[in-house]
Amino acid sequence: MPVALWRSPAVAGPAALVERNLVIYRHTWYLLLAEVFEPVLYLVSMGLGIGALVGHVPGLGDPSVGYVDFVAPALLATAAMNGAMNETTFNIYGKLRMLRTYDSILATPLTVRDVALGEVAWALLRGTAVTVVFGAAVAAFGLVHSLWALLILPGALLVAFAFAAAGLAVVTYIRSWQDFQLVQLVMLPMFLFATTFYPLGVYPRPVQIGVECLPLYQSIELIRQPSLGVVDAGVGWAALYLLLLGCASLALALRRLERMLLP
Amino acid sequence: MPQMTTSATTALTATDVLTARLPALREFGYWMRRYRRIWRGTVVISVANPLLFLAALGAGLGKLVDANHSGHLAGTPYLDFLAPGLLAASAMQNGFVEGAFPVFQSSRSRGNYPAAAATSMRPGDILAGHLLFVAFRVLLSGLLFLAVVVAFGVVRPARALLAAGPVLLTGMAFAAPLMAWAVRVDRQSRLNGLYRFVVMPLYMLSGTFFPVGQLPHWLRAVAACTPLYQGVALTRSAALGGGDAGAAAVHACYLLALTAAGVWAASRSYTRRLNS
Amino acid sequence: MADVLIEARGLRKVHAPRGAAAPTEAVAGIDFRVTAGEAFGFLGPNGAGKSTTMRMVAAVSPPSSGRLEILGMDPATHGPQIRARLGSVPQDDTLDTELTVRENLLVYGRYFGLPRAVIRERAARLLEFARLADKADEQVEALSGGMRRRLTIARSLVNDPEILLLDEPTTGLDPQARHLLWERLFRLKQQGVTLLLTTHYMDEAEQLCDRIVVMDHGRIVAEGSPRGLIEAHCTREVLELRFPPDRQQQAAEKIADTAKGVDARVEVLPDRLLVYADDGEDALTAVHRTGVEPLTALVRRAGLEDVFLTLTGRTLVD
Repeated sequence: MPVALWRSPAVAGPAALVERNLVIYRHTWYLLLAEVFEPVLYLVSMGLGIGALVGHVPGLGDPSVGYVDFVAPALLATAAMNGAMNETTFNIYGKLRMLRTYDSILATPLTVRDVALGEVAWALLRGTAVTVVFGAAVAAFGLVHSLWALLILPGALLVAFAFAAAGLAVVTYIRSWQDFQLVQLVMLPMFLFATTFYPLGVYPRPVQIGVECLPLYQSIELIRQPSLGVVDAGVGWAALYLLLLGCASLALALRRLERMLLP
Repeated sequence: MPQMTTSATTALTATDVLTARLPALREFGYWMRRYRRIWRGTVVISVANPLLFLAALGAGLGKLVDANHSGHLAGTPYLDFLAPGLLAASAMQNGFVEGAFPVFQSSRSRGNYPAAAATSMRPGDILAGHLLFVAFRVLLSGLLFLAVVVAFGVVRPARALLAAGPVLLTGMAFAAPLMAWAVRVDRQSRLNGLYRFVVMPLYMLSGTFFPVGQLPHWLRAVAACTPLYQGVALTRSAALGGGDAGAAAVHACYLLALTAAGVWAASRSYTRRLNS
Repeated sequence: MADVLIEARGLRKVHAPRGAAAPTEAVAGIDFRVTAGEAFGFLGPNGAGKSTTMRMVAAVSPPSSGRLEILGMDPATHGPQIRARLGSVPQDDTLDTELTVRENLLVYGRYFGLPRAVIRERAARLLEFARLADKADEQVEALSGGMRRRLTIARSLVNDPEILLLDEPTTGLDPQARHLLWERLFRLKQQGVTLLLTTHYMDEAEQLCDRIVVMDHGRIVAEGSPRGLIEAHCTREVLELRFPPDRQQQAAEKIADTAKGVDARVEVLPDRLLVYADDGEDALTAVHRTGVEPLTALVRRAGLEDVFLTLTGRTLVD
């Protein structure tokens, strides 16, 4: 049965695309380390420096939870997001507009659906790989507290899926490299304000509502709660939010790619 | 319109005379013409970046830091501590972005450098003109950043003007040595690598976000030797006042020496690259 | 009667640009049939609708209207099944520049769901066929134009296709590279692969094609074998005359008058005059008799270029 599933065109098509990316990745796997380097640097900086300035994070029940414990899961969620989204925005833009990789792929039995699912699956793998390596660094810092931490990996997968799909939808709207500045203009404030560095309580209530709508806020909740061992219904809502975001983005991306690639 | 054509055909304009005397201004003019097409975007980024960082970290994270009274900042509000640090760090980033990628691309066989070198311009003119443009970009971004900082009420306008010098110096202390290297580098991935593994660590650990005193001893010594630490310290004392004049003079001399060494190295590597 | 592999009836493609611009009809209702084992060519200038037709036959561009059947299937519903049995060489080499030469074949084969062992064996054979065995592990970037073309063709053969689609296979190649490519394509034809190709080179069409349709402005204006087309639409020979630019107009008028007498036809091109006559030498004698002195005069056999000129009043390559 598993073999038959793997051989079925619905799986074999996207898998062939993942295989293509793996062939290339064999030469450039070290980029993964570069991608993990940045969150580790943030972690070190927070741990060594800002943690001492902040001390105890208000609103967290357990006084033994330090600032680094608070920031690490947010950095993990951000790493999963970036790992996946860089793949479906920058890299796919290059393949769509510069390298025209898909023109030849679509001359084979593969369909636009296979290409889209394959690229999202690949981005998911990338996001997961970044998360696992960074997660190991976090664990080495002694920042894992309870069995709930087992939920971190599936959580990170969901984050990577949502942002991979969102990136794929976004990239269909991008006309030039300049447009990526606009993407940055959205991503940077989201990174800074989505409770990455301080809890939601710092904001007045109206701002809190706005922040709660951000996909990165939901991603951070999904990973921070199990990581700190304090889990409530918010985790469920976050998971649902990201699942819906991912599926809706994927549907949009498919429709637009179909028109772009098969004129 | 008719006036313009006459002056263009019959009389030399002031610019013609100047660029004939100083060919470097031609190179500067080239970069300015390119910049005229994209300046709006860069101004938005130059204002948005400090605005976002100061709001999120200075105001947001600052609430937590100030409530904690840890004593590491000697009573300075976190926003006040952070703003000049970020200012110097962004000068470094601008120096890097302007001094690395455009220089690398210009030095390729289809780039602007070989084209300019095929005219009467000497490599030194090309370098001088481009350096002038980089300085312009670093200063412009710095002034926009300072305007935001003044708007936040962190620094008084007069002090902000005083801080413009250190900002320019910090940017050029990075840009000049970088240009010397970028003109003869063989792959763009090396520039990316330098950014990721050198510039980013400097950004995070050179006293921008927290005093270097909190670092472990050995790292503290390393950090104090980095150009960004020197730039942050100089900018901070200019913007906030306080600090002693002797230390400021040491920081300034360090940065000046680094800039001068960079320019010297660049004039050698530009000559070697463009005359070969 | 051999099997019909491709059949098009009233095939149309309309490109609707974004915004208010009027839609353009790239292919304006064409009919053609391709049977197994033949080499079938679309001849026409740029913008005639050749590439658009090829993309529809390759099942990567849905027709706007009309009927299209490939290997007995409808591309709208059986795209993947059709593409599994086609090989496609697009106009621009769409090689995967992130992969090496050999990896291009290996990865491409996987898109067809072929087992790795099968692809490895075929890749070795195809690299040999494309004369690229010694370049197997180089990056695609390092290849010359001719090598890239041959690799694209090798890649299109990885699934052992029944039909090979070639869109302007030799455009932009130097003469040596073209002849090598023609020889390889001829071998494929001998092996029984059905070839469908577009070109704006008449020598290519004459070399490779059993049957040709001439396209212009999205329509088919003539159909037949290369020889048949020339016989049907042209005289046997052509006299080419060149004049200094300032005297061509005057000479053209004089010659046109004489031509009426000897049953010949004159075409005026920007740089030369063409006199269509069954006997070129006779025509040249007649020209000399009028007192016109051309800079150069050349008598040659009529070709497909002349067929096109006769049918549309324009040259193929402009």
